[in-house]
Amino acid sequence: MTLTSLNTYRSGPDSGGHFGTFGGRYVAETLMPLLLQLEQAYADAQKDPAFQAELDHLLKHYVGRPSPLYFAERLTAYLGGAKIYLKREDLNHTGAHKINNCIGQILLARRMGKTRIIAETGAGQHGVATATVSARFGYPCVVYMGEVDIERQKPNVFRMNLLGAEVRGVSSGSRTLKDAMNEALRDWVANVHDTFYIIGSAAGPHPYPAMVRDFQAVIGKEMREQILEVEGRLPDMLIACVGGGSNAIGMFHPFLDDPDVAICGVEAAGEGVDTPRHAATIGKGTPGVLHGARSYLLQDQDGQIAEAHSISAGLDYPGVGPEHSWLKDVGRVSYQSVTDAEALDAFQKLSSLEGIIPALESSHAIAHAMRVAPSMRKDEVIVINLSGRGDKDIFTAADALGKKI
Amino acid sequence: MSRLEKRFAQLRAADRAAFVPFLTAGDPDAETAFAILEKLPEAGADVIELGMPFSDPMADGPAIQASSMRALQAGMNVKGTLAMVARFRERDNTTPIVLMGYFNPIHAYGVERFVQDAARAGVDGFIVVDLGPSEDEVLRTPANKADIDIIRLATPTTDAARLPAVLDGAGGYLYYVSVAGVTGTKNVPEEEVRVAVERIRKSTNLPCAVGFGIRTPEQAAAIARIADAAVVGSAIVSGIGAGATAGTPRAQLVEETLSFCESLANAVHKARIKVGV
Repeated sequence: MTLTSLNTYRSGPDSGGHFGTFGGRYVAETLMPLLLQLEQAYADAQKDPAFQAELDHLLKHYVGRPSPLYFAERLTAYLGGAKIYLKREDLNHTGAHKINNCIGQILLARRMGKTRIIAETGAGQHGVATATVSARFGYPCVVYMGEVDIERQKPNVFRMNLLGAEVRGVSSGSRTLKDAMNEALRDWVANVHDTFYIIGSAAGPHPYPAMVRDFQAVIGKEMREQILEVEGRLPDMLIACVGGGSNAIGMFHPFLDDPDVAICGVEAAGEGVDTPRHAATIGKGTPGVLHGARSYLLQDQDGQIAEAHSISAGLDYPGVGPEHSWLKDVGRVSYQSVTDAEALDAFQKLSSLEGIIPALESSHAIAHAMRVAPSMRKDEVIVINLSGRGDKDIFTAADALGKKI
Repeated sequence: MSRLEKRFAQLRAADRAAFVPFLTAGDPDAETAFAILEKLPEAGADVIELGMPFSDPMADGPAIQASSMRALQAGMNVKGTLAMVARFRERDNTTPIVLMGYFNPIHAYGVERFVQDAARAGVDGFIVVDLGPSEDEVLRTPANKADIDIIRLATPTTDAARLPAVLDGAGGYLYYVSVAGVTGTKNVPEEEVRVAVERIRKSTNLPCAVGFGIRTPEQAAAIARIADAAVVGSAIVSGIGAGATAGTPRAQLVEETLSFCESLANAVHKARIKVGV
C-alpha cells in the first residue's frame, strides 16, 4: 500500500452527511425521522446481495446497460487534438442518465413499503425517468415542474402523462427547477407516511447526495473498464456538465483517486458569467443552505436565492450538489463554464459530425471539450459524459437558432 | 429570568394559555408591519413570532409564501427585521419576540454577527425551520452565550426515539407542529394534539406551544385548553395579504389585523375559565 492511497477523495460523506463543510441535513423536523429511516434502509440495501442483483438485472435488461463508450472519430479529426470518447448515456432507456438513479431509488421505495412516488424535474428528463420506473413498478406518481419548464419541455410533459404520472405545474418563484423542488418538499412533508421522494440530482439532504452518486457511479465504473479495454490506460481528462451534478459525480467518483486523470465539470454560463443571466453556481456563487444541504448557491447579499438562467432547463438551477462544492474547494475537480451560444454551437457540431443529437445539457460538456482538445496531444484521451439525447431540445434549439419547426 | 421565562411563569400562575401571533417582518411593507407589531401586545399577544422573509420557504404553505414575497418585494431583509425589533423594544421591554425563518439569510448575514445584533435589538428566541438539532450548533452556541433561546420543533413524526434529540438543547418553549404538512393548509386535529402534548410533557418542563392549522378563535380556544400556547400565522397573514391586494388603506388594514388578533387572544385567554363555577 502506498502512502497516497491513504489520502482519498472517495470516503465522504461523514456520518452526518457532510463533505467537508458542505452537505448535511437542513430540513424541517417532520422529515428528519424519515431521512434517518431512509439512510438505514439504504445502508441495509447496500449489504443485501438480492438488492444489488435486482438492480443489476434491471440496469441490464430494462435500461440497456452497459452503455457504449464511443470513439468520436470525426469530432476528434475536426478538432485535431486529443482523442475524444463519448460515454453514451443518451442511449439508455428514456434517453438520459437519470434512469440509473431512479431504478435504484424505486427499489428502495418498495423496500421501505412506500406506495406513492413524487419527484421534481427541470428539463423533464428526471421526471420522465421517475414516471417510467413508477409505471414499471405500478406506483402512482406526481411530478412537480415549474411552469416555465413545462412551456419549454412540452414533449416531456406529454411523455410523463403517457406514462401515467400527474405533472403538477409550479407557479411560485422563478417557476423553474428550484421552485419545483420546494413544492416537492412541501408535498413530502404533508405525505411523509406513504410517499417516497425520488430526488434526481446529487443534491438535497443526506443521504440523497451520496445515494444518487452511488447509483450514478455505474457510469464511471463501466467507463473505466471500457477505456482500459480500448486504450489500455485511464483517460487524461473527464468532462461532464454540472447542474445539480448527478451525471458528473457518477462519472467522476470512481476516478477521484487517480491523480493523472484531470477532471472537469462544466456549468452553464447562460448569457455570460458577467451578466445576471447564468447558472454558474460554483464559478460565481457563494456557500449557503438550500434544499436540505450546505453548498454553493446563487444568492444575493441578503441570502435570498437568485434565479439561474440557462438555455438548458436541466442546468437551470441556482444550487449544486454538496460533493461538487467540496471537490471545488479541495481543488480535485476544475469547474468551468460554457455559454448558451457555445453550447448551441456544440449541439450542432456533434449532430452534423457524428450523427448524434446531444441534449443541451450535455452540449455544455462537448463545448468545453471543443475548447481544450485542439491544444492537447493526439495521443491524449478525453472522455465526455454524453448524459442525454437532444430530441427533447429541438424546439428550444430551433427557437434559439431563429428557425421555425 | 428571560422575558420568555417570565411570561410563561405569569401565564402559568394565572392558568392562562399564551396567544402567539405570527407576522412576517415587512409584510406588506415595513411601516404597516411595524404598526401592527407595535399594537399586538395591546391586542392580547403574549409572545410574538416575527418571520424573517426568505425566497424559498419550503416548509410554508401558500399564505406564508405570499407573505414572504410581499415582504421581500418591499425590501425587507435581516437588518430591517432586527431594526423592527429594536424599535419595538423602545416601548415594550416585556413581550418576548421570537424570530422565525430559514437558515440561509442568517448564514449570509453571518451567524455570529446575527446573534450579536439580535441580542442588541432585544430578540428572545430563534426558530429556524431548516436548522434542526443535528446542524444547529453553529447558531446554538453563540445564541446561548447571548441568552437567546433556540426553540425546537416537534412534529407528528417525532417519535419516542427522536424526541430526546429534539429536546437536547431546546430552550424557551417547544413548538409542536400539529400536522405533518406545511403551514396553513390543514386543520388542527385537536384530539391527536392532546395526546401528543401529553406525551411531550412527560419528557420536558418547557412550555408547549402548538401551531400549524389554527385559524379560528374556536380552534385557538381548544388548543389553549390542552397546550401552553396557541400560535396563529397563516390566518393572520392571509388577512394582511387580502387587504394589501384589495388596496385597503394602511390604518384600516392595521385595525382589521389587530381586531382579528384580539378575537383570537380573547378566545385563548378565556378558554380555561370554567363556566358555572
